[in-house]
Amino acid sequence: MEHRQGFLGKYVFSFDHKVIGIQYIVTAILMAVIAGALAVIIRTRLAWPGVGAKAFPPEAYISFVTMHGTLMVFFVVSLALSGLANFLIPLQIGARDMAYPFLNMLSFWTVVPACLIMLASFFVTGGAAASGWTAYPPLSAVKEAVPGSGLGQTLWLLGMALFIFSFTMGGLNFLTTTLNLRTRGMTMRRMPITVWGFLVATVLAILAFPPLTAAALMLLADRHLDTSFFVTDMLMGGKYRALGDGTPLLFQHLFWFLGHPEVYVLVLPCICMTFDILPAFTRRPIFGYRPSVYAMLVIGVLSMIVWGHHMFVTGMNPYVGKYFSIATVIITAPFSILGVNLLASLWRARMRFATPMLFALAVISAVGLGGFGGLFLGTMTSDIYFHDTYFVVGHFHLMIGTVTLLSIFGATYFWFPKMFGRMMDERLGRWHFWLTAGPMITIFVLMHMQGLGGMLRRTYDPSLYPYNEHNSTLRLPITLLAFLLFLAQSIFVWNFTKSIFKGEKAPANPWEATTLEWQAPSPPPHGNFGEQLPVVHRFAYEYSPGEGQADFVPQTVEKTA
Amino acid sequence: MTTMATTESRWTGGLSPFGMSWQKLMMWWFIVTDALLFAGFLGGYGFSRLGSANWPAPSKVFSMPFLTVMTFVLISSSATMACAVAAAKARDRAAVARFTALTLLGGVIFLSMQAWEWAHFIGDGGRPAGNPWGDARFGSYFFLVTGFHGTHVLLGVVILLIVALRARKDRYTDNGVEVAGLYWHFVDLVWVFIFGCFYLI
Repeated sequence: MEHRQGFLGKYVFSFDHKVIGIQYIVTAILMAVIAGALAVIIRTRLAWPGVGAKAFPPEAYISFVTMHGTLMVFFVVSLALSGLANFLIPLQIGARDMAYPFLNMLSFWTVVPACLIMLASFFVTGGAAASGWTAYPPLSAVKEAVPGSGLGQTLWLLGMALFIFSFTMGGLNFLTTTLNLRTRGMTMRRMPITVWGFLVATVLAILAFPPLTAAALMLLADRHLDTSFFVTDMLMGGKYRALGDGTPLLFQHLFWFLGHPEVYVLVLPCICMTFDILPAFTRRPIFGYRPSVYAMLVIGVLSMIVWGHHMFVTGMNPYVGKYFSIATVIITAPFSILGVNLLASLWRARMRFATPMLFALAVISAVGLGGFGGLFLGTMTSDIYFHDTYFVVGHFHLMIGTVTLLSIFGATYFWFPKMFGRMMDERLGRWHFWLTAGPMITIFVLMHMQGLGGMLRRTYDPSLYPYNEHNSTLRLPITLLAFLLFLAQSIFVWNFTKSIFKGEKAPANPWEATTLEWQAPSPPPHGNFGEQLPVVHRFAYEYSPGEGQADFVPQTVEKTA
Repeated sequence: MTTMATTESRWTGGLSPFGMSWQKLMMWWFIVTDALLFAGFLGGYGFSRLGSANWPAPSKVFSMPFLTVMTFVLISSSATMACAVAAAKARDRAAVARFTALTLLGGVIFLSMQAWEWAHFIGDGGRPAGNPWGDARFGSYFFLVTGFHGTHVLLGVVILLIVALRARKDRYTDNGVEVAGLYWHFVDLVWVFIFGCFYLI
């Protein structure tokens, strides 16, 4: 194995998957601080609509909403998952590194300029993009539409292009590594379920992102070459504009062809990491490993053919909507299998309540709550009422906000000892858990209530509309909870930073877990497993295998008799 | 029963289940993702054309015999590429260099013919923003789809140049030639779809 020396080679332009993984995670944390601060600003505006209207006009509000969504989806959750995938895949399948370490380094250093470009867009004339994280035309296609449609939108597209480029390179590596570099004995059915989650998610990303790239290129052409893929003649600012023969509907199709699989790209690995955390603290094998894997494969296939449920009110043919509605409701079946298996993994558990376990339990609640709202949004008839209300906001924040972030926190507490060779502080972890899971779930459940009452999303000043009056009581409590949630994250940042340097020294296997990464030292050296790669002899979750036997049996232990 | 056993044993870990190098596997997945990129373009094109009232007939705008020759050149270059891959497997250095150079030549001829076609299209008044024949998006999709495919061919030509130079210095690997070949065949296959969907219909 190659050992690269010097600070630059070791920590900055490292080829080592573990270093790259940690780089991704740290970048995600930094971006999360900014994206979270945007949420705080948005909530401040909603709680006290009259205050500071001059300094904070409607154009800025919609810019902030756009960037909050973009950063959170692509630059926080996706990056954190890329980090965890980088760190975990080679360790869990018993490989020395990714298949193509140089490409891996390149994909991280492509996403860094993407982050910087996104952040820079706040400071250009007109401010950051303001067409929503979905970048719908005509706001995103016509440069003069709103201030954010100018240079800000161009930078947004550029940042996204770099991000997709990076994500594709990373994805190719994950796939190739998982398929080709499993160590001896690591059959597909013995893989930790986290690796399955990343495998399915990566295939989805590889299939779903390219049409968005196509759409982004066409949008750039519409903006800078006067083509009309997505724009048509329209009234804009009271003036008739002859823009061409296109239709914004096409962009929505291309966007949601990515957008819907993307939510599964985010959620599936998170559910799988939760599956992986549970057995170490229940001391039981996870329930229904194979059904869960099959359910994920079915979800993967279905997720590619349901994108139209985001478009029920676009004027799309209602018969097409009917199809999308039925296909969407069918997803409930495999998804319920995952949810029920998570819950059933607690059956007859001998619980150990450490911080990762607390987060895993909260994820199970969030999966249930979030999935429930999805039923109403997938059904065309109810979605026509709920569309663009806070019901939608609450729903997707529960699924791709709460489920993902709680699970990523749980995973960080769980695998931190492997990353840095030190434990995170348990007491701070508990404080962080209660102050995060509590407000997060409450906020988004309350948003469902506001949505039922008809409060529309992207509204700059909700107090302007008389029909909205009965929704006003919840605005202040949600904002206060959001403040609490944001402040509570400082506990995590402090715990994370402090523990890297001063945490208690971690043994190789602090949670008494069975999978391969825990058989390597903490932190694993360059090349992960020393002279000999481990050989796998058994299933990934052999806890409490039977009377009179050890409490857990690692995957590397040979079968006797 | 024997086939079952082999399928099972290939997935036991410690070896590649498809019996291929990671480079080749990665190229296959890249082809999948790139194919979906073109599917996005062609899907958007189909969506726009089906909803359009005045899409021009391509046969009135383009010279079909010329396009047929272009297509023939590109597909022939796939055949020479296959010969290069076979020569690389047989460790015939001279043949690898010769057939790669021939493939490269095919690519360059194709690109030159495409440049000529673009020049004609632009000379007749076709622009990304509009054209004299009908729906404004006709020209937009023409430049987008053929331009993007042309960029892929250009990249392929650069890759082939590197392969040919390495073959001359005897620094090629049969795996490397095969991976380059996979990409080249893919680019040719995409052209068949473009030729069918954009020009013929």
